[in-house]
Amino acid sequence: HLATSLPLPSERDHLRPRIDLIVFMIDIKSKYSLKNVEASLTYVDASFFLGKVCFLVTGVGRVSACSIETSAICKLGEAYCSPVLFCELELEGIQVTTAQRLLRMLQICAGHIPGVSALSFVSLMRNSDDD
Amino acid sequence: ENVEPQKTAFLLRKAWTLYSVTPLYRFRRGRLRDYARLLSAFIAAEKQKGLAVEVGVELDIKVAVSSLADLGGSEQDQAAVLVQLSSRSRVSSRNSEDKLVWSGWFCSVHGDDLSENVPEDFTCLPLFLTHGAESYTSMVGSWFQKTFDCCFRRLAISPLNLSWMAAMWAGCKLDGAASAVELVFSMPRLSQPLDISYAIHPEDAKALWDTVQKTPGEITQEDVDVFMDCLYAHFHRHFKIHLSAAKLVKVSTAVASAHSDGIVKIIHSQYLPGVLMLLTELAISQIQ
Repeated sequence: HLATSLPLPSERDHLRPRIDLIVFMIDIKSKYSLKNVEASLTYVDASFFLGKVCFLVTGVGRVSACSIETSAICKLGEAYCSPVLFCELELEGIQVTTAQRLLRMLQICAGHIPGVSALSFVSLMRNSDDD
Repeated sequence: ENVEPQKTAFLLRKAWTLYSVTPLYRFRRGRLRDYARLLSAFIAAEKQKGLAVEVGVELDIKVAVSSLADLGGSEQDQAAVLVQLSSRSRVSSRNSEDKLVWSGWFCSVHGDDLSENVPEDFTCLPLFLTHGAESYTSMVGSWFQKTFDCCFRRLAISPLNLSWMAAMWAGCKLDGAASAVELVFSMPRLSQPLDISYAIHPEDAKALWDTVQKTPGEITQEDVDVFMDCLYAHFHRHFKIHLSAAKLVKVSTAVASAHSDGIVKIIHSQYLPGVLMLLTELAISQIQ
């Protein structure tokens, strides 16, 4: 399901299936996309931040077109205890690998992979901070 | 910073194309005349090879290489090097004057980040600015690359850096009438290219910056973000367009103007060292 911002329209609430993973997309060339994501985050229930949220940053292929500081995005990821993935969706090969990564994460969040739950993402992040 | 205005006046009000340059190996300040001769011979040879610039009138290119007056900066900064190409038409050699056809200068203003970490035989002049035909730029660049084993790259300026320039320069104190602060945005993903030009009265821009800047004399990313957000919000209120989703491509102020393609025009002599310091920093970060 794709949305340009949150909250999702309430009229369709009863038809909507359970949401297992929320991917917030930020285009590094657009300051507006970061603001939009920051505003939408406030509509997300706290329970999602136990591994069911991730930030996907695209446009990193062109450093010269940057409108957002990467440190600002990393701080956002830290503040919300969620992983930040950097990619360049304008390249077809990277589109495919990114989709595969997200699909894998989704499988874990939906509980389809035995022995691994969404909470593992949170603990993975904490380990890299301690290094 | 006291920079002699007469000596650097020719640097002002010209559109300079920016490059980053890696340190020059075995560049000797005492050999500038030799370098001019060698470069002149190189250019003549290139022209013989048929890479001539002008078709028709035969032009002799005279090269002058000199050290440039103090541009402000630290003790560790190397003095700037100026290269000038002049032409004298062979046809009317009796009362012809040399005409300046191309100039380029290497400089470093507060480039300590780079010069501190470089071995002895290297001269650090990371910023290269050119004005004139691209063909001359590539000839001069090739000669320097061959002679001093350095590498030139066009310096692109990101929207992030352009917004720093907008905030810094809009906030400068200027005597007399200042020109408007103009920001040009390129709208993304349209079939026809569309640019939006946003002009702000210089006094309003300075007043806004003065309220935003938290510590006088210090500029933080947060200050710049708030400044730009105010401008975006104001524009949105009137035109319902989110400029923050567009790409900032050009900033023009009374102090200087800069384009994302790496083209800069410095207007106000008082702020020449400040602008050069910022550009030196950009050049160094592109090299590293």
